[in-house]
Amino acid sequence: MSTVTPYLVLSAVLFAIGCTGVLIRRNAIVVFMCVELMLNAGNLALVAFSRLHGNLDGQITAFFVMVVAAAEVVIGLAIIMTIFRTRRSASVDEANALRW
Amino acid sequence: MVTLVIALPLAGAVILLIGGGLTDRWGPYLATLLPVVSFVLAVVLFAHNLGQPDSGRSHTTHLYTWIDAGRLHVGADLLYDQLSSLFLLLITGVGSLIHVYSLGYMAHDPRRRRFFAFLNLFVAAMLTLVLAANYLVLFLGWEGVGLASYLLIGFWQHKPSAAAAAKKAFVMNRVGDMGLSLAIALCFTTFGSTAFSAVNHGIATGSVSEERMTWLGLLLLLGACGKSAQVPLQAWLLDAMEGPTPVSALIHAATMVTAGVYLMVRSHAILDAAPGARTAVVVVAVVTLLWGAIIGCAKDDIKKVLAGSTMSQIGYMMLAAGLGPAGYAFAIFHLLTHGFFKANMFLGAGSVMHAMDDDVDMRHYGALRTAMPVTFLTFAMGYLAIIGFPGFSGFWSKDKIIDAAWHEHWWIGALALLGAGITAFYMTRLMLLTFFGPRRWDLDGARSPAWHPHESPSVMTGPLVALAALSVLGGVLLIGSWIQDYLAPLVGSPPQESSGAPAWLISVLAVVVVAIGVVIAWLLVGRRPVPATAPAKVAWPVTVARHDLYGDAINDVFVVEPGRRLTDAVVQIDKYGVDGLLTGGPVAVGAFAGVFRQLQNGYVRSYALSVLGGGLVVVLALMVVNWQ
Repeated sequence: MSTVTPYLVLSAVLFAIGCTGVLIRRNAIVVFMCVELMLNAGNLALVAFSRLHGNLDGQITAFFVMVVAAAEVVIGLAIIMTIFRTRRSASVDEANALRW
Repeated sequence: MVTLVIALPLAGAVILLIGGGLTDRWGPYLATLLPVVSFVLAVVLFAHNLGQPDSGRSHTTHLYTWIDAGRLHVGADLLYDQLSSLFLLLITGVGSLIHVYSLGYMAHDPRRRRFFAFLNLFVAAMLTLVLAANYLVLFLGWEGVGLASYLLIGFWQHKPSAAAAAKKAFVMNRVGDMGLSLAIALCFTTFGSTAFSAVNHGIATGSVSEERMTWLGLLLLLGACGKSAQVPLQAWLLDAMEGPTPVSALIHAATMVTAGVYLMVRSHAILDAAPGARTAVVVVAVVTLLWGAIIGCAKDDIKKVLAGSTMSQIGYMMLAAGLGPAGYAFAIFHLLTHGFFKANMFLGAGSVMHAMDDDVDMRHYGALRTAMPVTFLTFAMGYLAIIGFPGFSGFWSKDKIIDAAWHEHWWIGALALLGAGITAFYMTRLMLLTFFGPRRWDLDGARSPAWHPHESPSVMTGPLVALAALSVLGGVLLIGSWIQDYLAPLVGSPPQESSGAPAWLISVLAVVVVAIGVVIAWLLVGRRPVPATAPAKVAWPVTVARHDLYGDAINDVFVVEPGRRLTDAVVQIDKYGVDGLLTGGPVAVGAFAGVFRQLQNGYVRSYALSVLGGGLVVVLALMVVNWQ
């Protein structure tokens, strides 16, 4: 068993938790947090593999992910705010106007 | 000059139809004048032709090349020969008289200009038919006659019955036309031409199999059956009585129904070469002559009795045509005399209807001989002619046909004799019901002022007198066997001496049979009071005859109903098969979309699940592919 295995297991567990949260929670903020959790699970895996292979590519990619995640948080929270203002609710199931 | 004979009535029709209301006032007179001029031309042509030797009596006029395509060369050619010359005289002569009569008969019809235009068209089409030098030009006239008859039978188009009768005549004629057009096509493939001369020449050189000739003859017979109202295409003729009476006279005497007989005689070479087809002609003719006569016995409508009688008389002509060279000349002879006396009687019937307020039920007539002496006397001439009273025209012509039939085979002659007896019966019945007995009109005196049936104006009685004279004197054509000799170069001469019963015996026999028919009519109709409405309880033969021997029912069962089923089936196939093939694609796509658009439900979380599922599938696929 490699030294990075616990990290990868943790990463998989975090990703699964995030995934489940996205799928079953209705509150947009919680969904958002779960998305962040999945991103960070990915980051953890990247860093772990970076360590395993002994180069920095994975760590740099993790930085990129953090930057993108930060930008995404800004836009995402703004959207959630707007939806809340118009509908007085932050439930993702309420915002289902884009349908057939 | 021959062209002019056709062109004049045609011009009349064109002027009256295009001129519209401008010609309302003088149009009918112009339309009457033009056939008269045509008649004069026809007489001049005929007189000129008589002066020629036999070999010089046939002239072909080439107008222009009509069709020139590949091997098919058809010229718009007119053929004036002995046969056409006689038809020309009949059509323009009787046609003119009917035009004159119509001036009086249709005087108060608001659409009489149109009526006269159609009459002219009818005459022009019939003239084209008999002057054609090849089958294609003949077909042009043939169809023109069909069109004109449709327009005229349905002339009172506001009456649904008239409109239906016109359609019926048109559709039944189409069945016959199919036979004729197939015959023309067969003619072309067989002889490489549709000209009569080429056909006669082709047969004379004897290179054509008898089987093919038989087919040709049968197809021509089918065409003739349609136009001449022979069984099994006879049903339209009785309904055609819905047209104005002059139209009936025109259809039955001068034009239309005679076209079938003309076609048979004109195609004599084909019939001569096909004994099988000739037998078929004889069978059809004998059936028809009895069929029409039986119908005539049971009708109370004066025009329908005459229509049944026409069917029967045309049967005689077809019979003569089916007998080969022994009968062709007599077919034409009977056609001419029948044209005279039938036009006479139809116009007489019109005159009676005119006096009786357009009532056609003979049970409401009676005792009209004193009220309408001219109509009565002229009608009586026609009556004596049609039953074959010795000396009158019908006697000579019918006698010759029965004689020829007897020599063909005794039972054909016997059936023709029987037909003559039935003819005598129903015509006597018509005479008794119409002109004799006590009066049966206006019995309750409900009409005020009191009803006085009056004689028709002289514009109507004039033609009646002329036709009556012709009915009496038509037999002169037979003097010195003139008509046989005149037509002999064309259709061959009848055998001079034939075995079997002597001619005088046949004549005596015919007169006896006719006398029996007259006596029976007198016993059954003349002696008894006539009920004003037809008795409902009658013997079954009368019921059958009243229903036209169930001709319509037979058509319904064997043609109309299967045809309707077939069209229904075709409609279903079209709707669900052909249309289904075309619309099936879009419908399937629509159904597919209907199912899959359910995925677009607007719930973000379900989209996320789809993404997850998709991701899992990709990962699993990669794992499977890279499985070591």
